[in-house]
Amino acid sequence: MAKKILLEHIDKPGIKSYEVYRQQGGYNSVEKALREMKPADIVEEVKKSGLRGRGGAGFPTGMKWSFIDKKSGNLRYLVCNADESEPGTFKDRFLMEFIPHLLIEGMITSSIALESNLGFIYIRGEFRWIKTILENAIAEARAAGWLGHNILGTGYSLELVVHPGAGAYICGEETALLESLEGKRGLPRIKPPFPAVKGLYGNPTVVNNVETIAAVPWIINNGGDAYAKIGIGRSTGTKLISACGNINKPGVYEIELGLQVDEFLNSDEYCGGVLDGKMLKAVVAGGSSVPILPAELFFKTKKGEPRLMSYESLSDGGFESGTMLGSGGFIVYDEDQCIVRNTWNFTRFYHHESCGQCSPCREGTGWMEKVLHNLESGHGKLSDVDLLWDIQKKIDGNTICPLGDAAAWPVASAIRHFREEFEWHVEHPHDAQKRNYGLLKSTKEYFVASAI
Amino acid sequence: MLAVKTNKPFNPSEEIQNQIRGVMDQYPEGKSKSALLPVLHIVQNENAGWLSVEAMDKVAELMNLRPIEVYEVATFYSMYNLKPVGKFLLEVCHTGPCAIMKGEWLIDYLKRKLKISIGETTSDGLFTLKTVECLGACGYAPMMQIGEYYYEHLNSEEKVDKLLEDFRMKGFNRN
Repeated sequence: MAKKILLEHIDKPGIKSYEVYRQQGGYNSVEKALREMKPADIVEEVKKSGLRGRGGAGFPTGMKWSFIDKKSGNLRYLVCNADESEPGTFKDRFLMEFIPHLLIEGMITSSIALESNLGFIYIRGEFRWIKTILENAIAEARAAGWLGHNILGTGYSLELVVHPGAGAYICGEETALLESLEGKRGLPRIKPPFPAVKGLYGNPTVVNNVETIAAVPWIINNGGDAYAKIGIGRSTGTKLISACGNINKPGVYEIELGLQVDEFLNSDEYCGGVLDGKMLKAVVAGGSSVPILPAELFFKTKKGEPRLMSYESLSDGGFESGTMLGSGGFIVYDEDQCIVRNTWNFTRFYHHESCGQCSPCREGTGWMEKVLHNLESGHGKLSDVDLLWDIQKKIDGNTICPLGDAAAWPVASAIRHFREEFEWHVEHPHDAQKRNYGLLKSTKEYFVASAI
Repeated sequence: MLAVKTNKPFNPSEEIQNQIRGVMDQYPEGKSKSALLPVLHIVQNENAGWLSVEAMDKVAELMNLRPIEVYEVATFYSMYNLKPVGKFLLEVCHTGPCAIMKGEWLIDYLKRKLKISIGETTSDGLFTLKTVECLGACGYAPMMQIGEYYYEHLNSEEKVDKLLEDFRMKGFNRN
């Protein structure tokens, strides 16, 4: 069995409750952080661990923490990004639902490091029952003396608030999240200033993903060096992967970074192979925003090396032949799935979720959606494919926040790797309409056998 | 989307007003506007699942905000309903990962079964059908949210029929 850090105790009956969680050594990191360490030591351990932001961007967490302005004397805030809405991603939900105290413990230990006395968990509004679970966990932690005034008699005080969103993917972007937390529309802010200097209410703020914060207790208990020994290269530690689509065993898996993608997809310990014995056509490895890869480029890099589940290996080859680890939303497509239809679906998503601030994204996503819908329903022209390429290029990099890029990349990669499928839709309009339900075989032979 | 005026005042009970004040008190002094999203959830729940102009105006009054500050937020977020909905709102995910795992079938089946289109309410006022973007349940597709909870793996007629029947019974019991 692979190393488990976040899900080590997930199978213990009653791990949701404070008592069982505490019996497994829960909240030890809070005690250690308060009694044996200075805030700067905690930041140092997290730096040493090499932990990188698990929300998708992969920015080193310790470095993010060290940017926070402590000199001005302004109040500091830690905000947990639990607005999980990237299509294909459902890992944070799993952590919060089944081991809620791990996040609460991580919030407390991280707040000590940042010398913050008020923290927020911004949870997507649809996770109503999970909000209740977290509030109960906070109440239990408070009753046991881990939250509130003068924790463990050390003079340190901390309050945590669970704040619900209300259905907006854009609020997963950290500055949009802060706007939303201030009771406004979720419109991303222009950076700089970065939240570490001017964040919530204009005060220094750190925004971290649920999974990132949940990794902190282990790092404090075992040391940053121990964490850095797990994984491969600059991809240290473990990562939760939420696997979905056409596979035998969808679900949330904790993997040690560096696992071969072939093993992750095909072994029974993880996804258990493609559903119904079908052939693999394509994989979106890190949430809907990252480039889609055809089977042959997914298993092996352009250089012919086996692809690994790590930040570096998945992005090997850049966008020409690689993708990204992203949020760990792992979506598998079998031989019968229609790439054009999937691209149209994702583009509709980004059009719906665009906040409307920047013209390239507001107008471009809607335009691409229309063109893709035409192609998919058999009313497209050959020139539409070039038009799509042109539109996505004009969105990419030209917006305040990364939603524009996230909308452009799936379109660009689908055209790059599956151009003939777009053209097939133009040349066979009647069949293209029938394929709306993904019932006909693909036009190209995608039969790539697994190495296992 | 235009908001709907009902000409019926929205008067929350003392208990709800206390709940709203409690939420506002969670935020730092002078920052109670932060409570707007959670307060709108509470008010929508009290107002039969949607936000009328009167309900939003009441929120502005209780939170000491200008009405426009409430309208602009209520119209931005997809969970706030700006027109009346049925007793049970069926929010079906139609994004990619669900779509390739019978998600499209589920929407199609619900339309046929309930004899309504997306955005419509059944004539008995029980069910409103709505499609939503990714709810973060991709591995348990196809799925929908009804009220507080998610209902997942809805991949057969039997499962969907049973679920609708359960809610239909609940709907009658509440009357």
